[in-house]
Amino acid sequence: MSDTQARVSAALGGVPHQFTSVLDGMPTLVVERDHLRACLLALQQNAGFEANTFVTAVDHFPAEPRFELAYQFLSYAHNDRVRVHTRVSESDAKVPTITDLWPGTSFSERECYDMFGIVFDGHPDLRRLLMPVGFEHHPLRKDYPHHGIEPDRLYRTWDRERRKEWNSAT
Amino acid sequence: MSTTRLFEYSRNMPPMDHDDPVQGEPMMVNMGPQHPATHGVLRLMVRLDGETMDYIDADVGFLHRGKEKTCESLGWHKFFPHTDRLDYVQPLMNNIAYALACEKLAGIEVPERGQVVRVLLMEVSRIAAHLIYIGTTSIDLGAVTNFFYAFEQRELIYSILDAYTGHRMNNSYVRIGGVYADIDVEVEQMLEKFLEEFPAKLETLEKLLTGNRIWYGRNRGVGILSKEQAMAWSLTGPNLRGSGCEWDLRKQQPYCGYESYEFDVAVGTVGDCFDRYLVRMEEMRQSCRIARQALARLKTTRGADVLAEDRRYVLPPKADVHRSMEELIFQFKVVTDLRLPKGEAYHAVESSKGELGFFVCSDGTSNPLRCHIRAPGLMNVQAIPLLGQGSLLSDMVAIIGSLDFVMGEVDR
Amino acid sequence: MGSLKPVEGSGDLGFLATRADFLINWGRKNSLWPMPLGLSCCGIELMAMIGPKFDLARFGAEAARFSPRQCDLLIVAGTLTWKMATAVRTIYDQMPDPKWVIAMGVCSSSGGMYDSYAVVQGVDSILPVDVYVPGCPPRPDAVIDAIIKLQKQIEREDPLGRLIRGPQAKPDTGSGRLLFQENEGVAKSAVDKHAHDPESRTGRGQA
Repeated sequence: MSDTQARVSAALGGVPHQFTSVLDGMPTLVVERDHLRACLLALQQNAGFEANTFVTAVDHFPAEPRFELAYQFLSYAHNDRVRVHTRVSESDAKVPTITDLWPGTSFSERECYDMFGIVFDGHPDLRRLLMPVGFEHHPLRKDYPHHGIEPDRLYRTWDRERRKEWNSAT
Repeated sequence: MSTTRLFEYSRNMPPMDHDDPVQGEPMMVNMGPQHPATHGVLRLMVRLDGETMDYIDADVGFLHRGKEKTCESLGWHKFFPHTDRLDYVQPLMNNIAYALACEKLAGIEVPERGQVVRVLLMEVSRIAAHLIYIGTTSIDLGAVTNFFYAFEQRELIYSILDAYTGHRMNNSYVRIGGVYADIDVEVEQMLEKFLEEFPAKLETLEKLLTGNRIWYGRNRGVGILSKEQAMAWSLTGPNLRGSGCEWDLRKQQPYCGYESYEFDVAVGTVGDCFDRYLVRMEEMRQSCRIARQALARLKTTRGADVLAEDRRYVLPPKADVHRSMEELIFQFKVVTDLRLPKGEAYHAVESSKGELGFFVCSDGTSNPLRCHIRAPGLMNVQAIPLLGQGSLLSDMVAIIGSLDFVMGEVDR
Repeated sequence: MGSLKPVEGSGDLGFLATRADFLINWGRKNSLWPMPLGLSCCGIELMAMIGPKFDLARFGAEAARFSPRQCDLLIVAGTLTWKMATAVRTIYDQMPDPKWVIAMGVCSSSGGMYDSYAVVQGVDSILPVDVYVPGCPPRPDAVIDAIIKLQKQIEREDPLGRLIRGPQAKPDTGSGRLLFQENEGVAKSAVDKHAHDPESRTGRGQA
């Protein structure tokens, strides 16, 4: 574990970062949002992390900054993993994208946007992934109730419109 | 036309030129959410230039049930039935992956017999999942007989799981700390009989497909994925191994005692649909091999515990709960108010679709802070436009079948 | 033996009409063509039901066409989400009469274990259901039992009477409490009038 940390530190060079200790023993970095892109680029090019495992966020609602983004990477060559955390607040929920570095993060970033409302600058196709078109909320935020807010609104609108059409057509 | 938009095109879609004198009019085909060959509720908007696909958009979310949100209100233990329904063709595998992540967070060690039972259940689930792959992919490509042969074998697995867990599918038989109850002798005998006869049945399935000129023609050279692409697109499992990368979490980052079992990892060369098919067939044989070794270990560890003893996180034995007040209180607390230590943990297993991981974050209260499900199926669906670009529309069915995803885990 | 009730509809047309009814119903019930709407886990049990062990072909229902225009029995197998609801309603509308619906599994009967923002709390919120099959997933035998019950229900139908009366819109039946009711008189609030609010279901808590 410590040689992973050493390799990651060496790869990061001058990028400001901080290691935290987590319960599963995985090397975990905390970086500021402004240094995020440089850090992840260094991880790919210098530390040999060829694959991204997930991109997700945790909502610490009353605490600010609210969203804690988590990235996890896997290195096939060295058989180890690393996790990177960064925090953004709701008013400024923008993060640079990494789809140009790891194309496999495209859907994960879209899902983060859909579920939390975090915008990924530079994502080629940032639309909602899991919720329908026209859905107005971000479900995984802690202030969104689990049973939803008018969950059938979009369906009822569609249904009402088409019935109006049928009835006006006669 | 109704004004409610049901689908949003990507900004990247090349513009539709309806008046191009040379190319003619491109056609949008909606392989809609209800389709026999999309393996669940997936919508693919495909733009056709003649018979060739030049733009593909995968629209997911038709089975998004809000599981990650539900976990935050339910609690750690009550989430197990929800994990069953993620990749619903291999329910026990998902249960075990979630239990492993929670055990990592709690710092619990599962007893040896519990680990052996888990390995056995995982391998049997892997066989069942690959049988679904064979059955549904063959019927999509026209080889209808294999659907019935595969489902006949799956029914045998269902009878075994029915006898052991009480339910054919969606068993929820795993708990934090081990497995709910021990395997008894009758179920062991059923398993032995099944594992003895299964390789011959697998031969029957293979004879119909592997040397078959039509199957070869539909799959060889279709959907070629290079090793670098597979790694960059976060594909894992048979999709990655079919492209030549020898990566299996059971060998590289073993869990549940996999380092002590003897088995081989199937790796392809070309990275097309046919290679992925061969990889999955070989994986079924290797799963039989592992399961037989696990059965042998069950015989030597008879009478040992299958559930760890830790009254903070693990349910006490039911017989004691009915007799003792303290055990009853522990049972009540574990079911209603289980608190895992504050922190985060990630654990991944090698499921039949790839790397299935659970990223669990706890803030020390009884409601999970976050439970993110790293589903291999999401990455597999993401790769559909990558593999399908430039192929014929009929190759789309072969590509979807060979990428093998289950919408339950893609959408969660 | 209950009291003798007068046969409704075409009963007053006489013996031949009732025999014609019987023949039509017999033909319809023994050749139900299911439209398998396999949405999630129940879809796998649906496939197992069509498979070799619990052969559905014995009941005449093996022609599972995937085009709704050629089917008469919609088996909603699996969890219905609001995103998928428009597609399912379109499929139901595309099916020609006579048509029947079986809600297979608890997810389609009542939302099942998913009390979340994305799941329709029962497919009867959007279409009329004839038979509900509980189970998660129900055993294939249970679904075959449902089809047999549906066949008994079809035996009691009145096709000639319907022919004489002419096509009438089948009312959207189902559990009325769960249907969305427009109520212009009551002021709307943020959590009002949606299928998940327990108060809007039972009518309590409304002005």
